[in-house]
Amino acid sequence: MSDTVLAIMEQRGGVWNRMSFETLAAAQKLAAELGQAASAAVPGNGAGALASELAAKKLDRVYAVEHELLDNYTADGFASALEQLIRKVQPSYVLFPHTYQVRDLAPKLAARFDQALISDVIGMRNEGGPIFVRQLFQGKLNADVKPAGPAPHFVSIQAGASNADHVAAGAAPVETFTPDLSASEIRQHPEAPFRESTGAVDLTAAEIIVAVGRGIKEKDNIPIVEELAHALGGELAATRPVCDSGWLPIARQVGSSGQTVSPKVYIAVGISGAIQHLLGMKGSKTIVAINKDANAPIFEVADYGIVGDLFEVVPAMVEAAKSALVAR
Amino acid sequence: MKIIVSIKEVPVRDSQLRIDSTGRWIEDGDLSYEMNEPDAYALEEALQLKEKHGGEVIALCAGPPGAARTIREALAKGADRALHIEDEQISAWDTLGLARLLAKAVEPEKPDLILTGLQSDDLGYGQTGVVLAEILGLPHATIIMAAEIQDGTIRVKRELESGWFQNIEMPLPAVLTIQSGINKLRYATLMGIKKAKTKELKVLAASDLGVTATATATIERIYSPQKTKQTQLLDGSAKEAAAQLIEKLRFEVRVL
Repeated sequence: MSDTVLAIMEQRGGVWNRMSFETLAAAQKLAAELGQAASAAVPGNGAGALASELAAKKLDRVYAVEHELLDNYTADGFASALEQLIRKVQPSYVLFPHTYQVRDLAPKLAARFDQALISDVIGMRNEGGPIFVRQLFQGKLNADVKPAGPAPHFVSIQAGASNADHVAAGAAPVETFTPDLSASEIRQHPEAPFRESTGAVDLTAAEIIVAVGRGIKEKDNIPIVEELAHALGGELAATRPVCDSGWLPIARQVGSSGQTVSPKVYIAVGISGAIQHLLGMKGSKTIVAINKDANAPIFEVADYGIVGDLFEVVPAMVEAAKSALVAR
Repeated sequence: MKIIVSIKEVPVRDSQLRIDSTGRWIEDGDLSYEMNEPDAYALEEALQLKEKHGGEVIALCAGPPGAARTIREALAKGADRALHIEDEQISAWDTLGLARLLAKAVEPEKPDLILTGLQSDDLGYGQTGVVLAEILGLPHATIIMAAEIQDGTIRVKRELESGWFQNIEMPLPAVLTIQSGINKLRYATLMGIKKAKTKELKVLAASDLGVTATATATIERIYSPQKTKQTQLLDGSAKEAAAQLIEKLRFEVRVL
């Protein structure tokens, strides 16, 4: 085994997924703690130019994993290519950004090395060996997870868990690695990505957002929060489960699969605060949480909180807002 | 069309969780359980595909004996029969070991399609379906929002980040992990609940499946997350708290 922590960088069509650099910073940090070097791999077709960008980073080596069959992501193609690279490089750890592509790819790759992916990691510590922090029960609890079994260990790093600004500069040789791939082994046939016209509401321009979660219980209760949004002059938004249930259109969804917003005030009503939702709103300047469960993860990011029944608190806020704004 | 749906039983969403004396897991004795939500959507998708193409839906669950409740629910909703991989200490298996157990139960059935939820609401590793596909040597696609079967192949709509999607075609048999919201969940009917009692529920002891437990990662400690912000909690009655909050929004945050 060579002493290296390998970061697998993600790009599409020659454009980086920026989370890759957070993973690169995490790989450098982990490597330093282990007394090892970090290295990076960029799979793709014609991704050599991107790989060259990494030549100015503090890395042992940069691998441009090049093949025409890696032009578009497929689970079969990428797993085969990266399996070959990992068998050659024999890293101690393989780190990925926790993207949707990685969720499709990394568990398959890890299984080929008799490993499982330590996924969705939100923090790392060193306690005589690396400890990875991940969430359990939709963010209600955290767990310290220690890797076990044979190296390499596979870890995916959630957005915001590591700081891309901390990527150390240096000089690294770039090596082109050409995997042995044939079209017949790739069973997934992907078409071009597309966006659905959802009659999108641009929530990103709103200064005040009132967002509603499962706590609203049913569609008929939506007007309660809608009235608050109106009273405050804000936009109404929702979590994924609320949109999935058809209570509000997907165009109003905030989170990793919806819009990412950073208003002046984000008022989370009946939202527990699963990480997929927090990713879409934690950049808000001020966060207000109204929830009946004092232990809901949303309070971890809230500046102001009311622990109480939204069906009492929200109408009272509407009243208070109306009289305050009339008095002004 | 033979479809296997892999479901998991998890603590109900609003459970108050307490950390047990080992500090490594929760007190799970007095909790109530329910079907993992993404798995419920996977079951619904399987039932709809069966209604369209005919065939059979088999619910598969690895869990303690008590998980039979959730399996009966799947049968009541319309699954034709069920396989229960039973183990009192099911949580002692890691993802890789668990996927190997599931694979052992799946293999003799030779299904055309295997569906499961994209992740569990308890551990949330989000990889059982993918690892199962790898062990079985089948193609897979994850985070699926639509599935359409056309002679020996399946065309699926895969969710990407930030509102993007991608269609992918694959040969069958295949494994899909289903995203919540792909369909509208049905309720079990009284007739369904009655019929479920007579449907076949085959119990397989985990220890009989010839799988050796693996240890790829161990939970050292679980704990409540640390707050990243100092939250000002506003007390009093709902009315008092609401009035304070509006004051804060006007004079501290200055947005109103």
